[in-house]
Amino acid sequence: MLKNYLKIAWAVLLRRKFFTFISLFGISFTLMVLMVVTSLFDHVFGPQMPERETDRLLFVNNLREEQGEGYSSSGPPSYYFLDRYVRRMQTPEKVSVHSVFNPVNSYIHNKKLALDIKHTDQQFWEILDFHFLEGNPFGAQEVKNASRVAVINQTTRKNYFGTGPALGQTIEVDQVKYRVIGVVEDVPVLRIQSYADVWVPITLKSQEFKDTGLRGSFFATIKARQAADIPKIKEEYARIIQDVTRLNPKEKKQVHSYPDTILESFARNFLGSGKEDKVGFLYTMLALAAFLFMLLPTINLVNINISRIMERSSEIGVRKAFGASSNTIIGQFVVENVFLTLLGGLLGFLLSAGVLALINDSGIIIYAQLGLNLRVFAWGLLLCLVFGLISGVYPAFKMSRLHAVEALRGGSK
Amino acid sequence: MIQLQDIEKVYRTKTIETVALNRVNLHVERGEFVSIMGPSGCGKSTLLNIMGLLDDPSSGQVIIDGQPVKTHSDKQLARLRNEKIGFVFQSYHLIHDLSVVDNVELPLLYRNVSAIERRKRALAALEKVGLSARTKHFPSQLSGGQRQRVAIARALAGQPEIILADEPTGNLDSVMGDEIMDILLRLNQEEGTTIVMVTHDENMALKTNRLVRFFDGQQVADSRLVEAQI
Repeated sequence: MLKNYLKIAWAVLLRRKFFTFISLFGISFTLMVLMVVTSLFDHVFGPQMPERETDRLLFVNNLREEQGEGYSSSGPPSYYFLDRYVRRMQTPEKVSVHSVFNPVNSYIHNKKLALDIKHTDQQFWEILDFHFLEGNPFGAQEVKNASRVAVINQTTRKNYFGTGPALGQTIEVDQVKYRVIGVVEDVPVLRIQSYADVWVPITLKSQEFKDTGLRGSFFATIKARQAADIPKIKEEYARIIQDVTRLNPKEKKQVHSYPDTILESFARNFLGSGKEDKVGFLYTMLALAAFLFMLLPTINLVNINISRIMERSSEIGVRKAFGASSNTIIGQFVVENVFLTLLGGLLGFLLSAGVLALINDSGIIIYAQLGLNLRVFAWGLLLCLVFGLISGVYPAFKMSRLHAVEALRGGSK
Repeated sequence: MIQLQDIEKVYRTKTIETVALNRVNLHVERGEFVSIMGPSGCGKSTLLNIMGLLDDPSSGQVIIDGQPVKTHSDKQLARLRNEKIGFVFQSYHLIHDLSVVDNVELPLLYRNVSAIERRKRALAALEKVGLSARTKHFPSQLSGGQRQRVAIARALAGQPEIILADEPTGNLDSVMGDEIMDILLRLNQEEGTTIVMVTHDENMALKTNRLVRFFDGQQVADSRLVEAQI
């Protein structure tokens, strides 16, 4: 029976090419957009090199100072604040302080190379999972001595040294020469905490250490001993912020800063005022957007199915006359719809792979390696199937209630 | 075999009430070939639809093999239609998207019959109507007479005890009409299939062994004819 259903489903798809195109386009395009968006979401917020253990990582990248009368300013914290307060925290396993990445120029063979440089301590390499292709990171000694050594990414290595050796060679960035001691895999630009082209010891930026203001141009990355310690770290951090406010009574400043996961950090800074954690709101917005986005092809499918099934009323009448019950008729149309949806799902999968490959190759997002997320695909397909079922069941149910005689009158030949 | 007792069928709208069948009593015996005649709109097709459990009477009851079907569920009625009744329609009602043999297999789809057995029985039914060479064709590739033969093969595939034919020759020229009639007569005489046929054609009706006439929803004559002839 299934073979017969599929045979007729296929024949109907081929017969009504325009309807089929609209249906398949709706399903596959929806799935494709969902896949691309979630792949981007994963790329920005999910665990990936070098921020693999996201459940144990917290990031401090913003500090807000309020001075009453509604005046406030915010930005990355200073080295002074992070070194004095955050680095001394008791609950984390490790704390790294590092600069934001800064654009710098380099010249090779009279060609300008725009690079991003980041100044880090040695804990940076211990906390994050960089994939070293050559050499090693710099250690405590190099940081203490402010050695002019650098870790570079593979693209910079290629631009500088081609296929020749890189370790021990010199690169010149902003008229400062560094000895290359390590080469790592490219880090996507959207990973603002760890991304750079060149990483050098933080002590080479020591002129900024003396500024005792709370805001500057540094980040901190905190690693918990275990995921369960995250709340304790947040509590300790909150106490520190209270102390900072209390210790500066003359300035009448309220200080707000939070150690956040990547997602919390994004939600707090882009959706809230920088104070509230808006992750719940972000998820609600995303779910609503996804629902509305999927509603369109569903309504489209329902409409198409109604007209597709209506024009087959004669067939329904014949099937009833020869022994199909109303439930059998519903079953047939549901099978047909599931078949159509799966076909659309397969197309959507191929389209997603194509679009993600295009994004990766285009260089729109620097060093992006977007991949198909099978979990997301499975969810998207499941949702499509559910919508496919709903959109197929309703018209089929309506038509199955039709009297066989009425159905037979609906068509002839 | 089929008993209709005090069957009434009334179509009602807000303003008009149309009586399609008025207290019809008819008993079709096993093995009979009954033709039903009457002017257009006299209720012949309605009667056939009620007999075939495709439509409900407004009052009265249908009894098949001694069992009243009034309280049967949708599923039970579907099974009865599937196992006992085969339909032949004036406008064939073949499924365009299926090949000839797939169309003929249709009644067997709703039974526990293996795919191989289904194919075997469908091919046998097509052979009976002389269409063995057209099994892979689609309905649109056949003439009217051939389509009606496919429709008869479909009705036969389920080996029903009763065939209900609603003007089976109505859309065909006289030569093709005769061919179809011959097939039906052979089925009745050689295999004992009970056939009830609605027709406008007196010559066709006279070939059957019982002629029931209708007028204005009422049964006005019921005559036994000589033994049906091929």
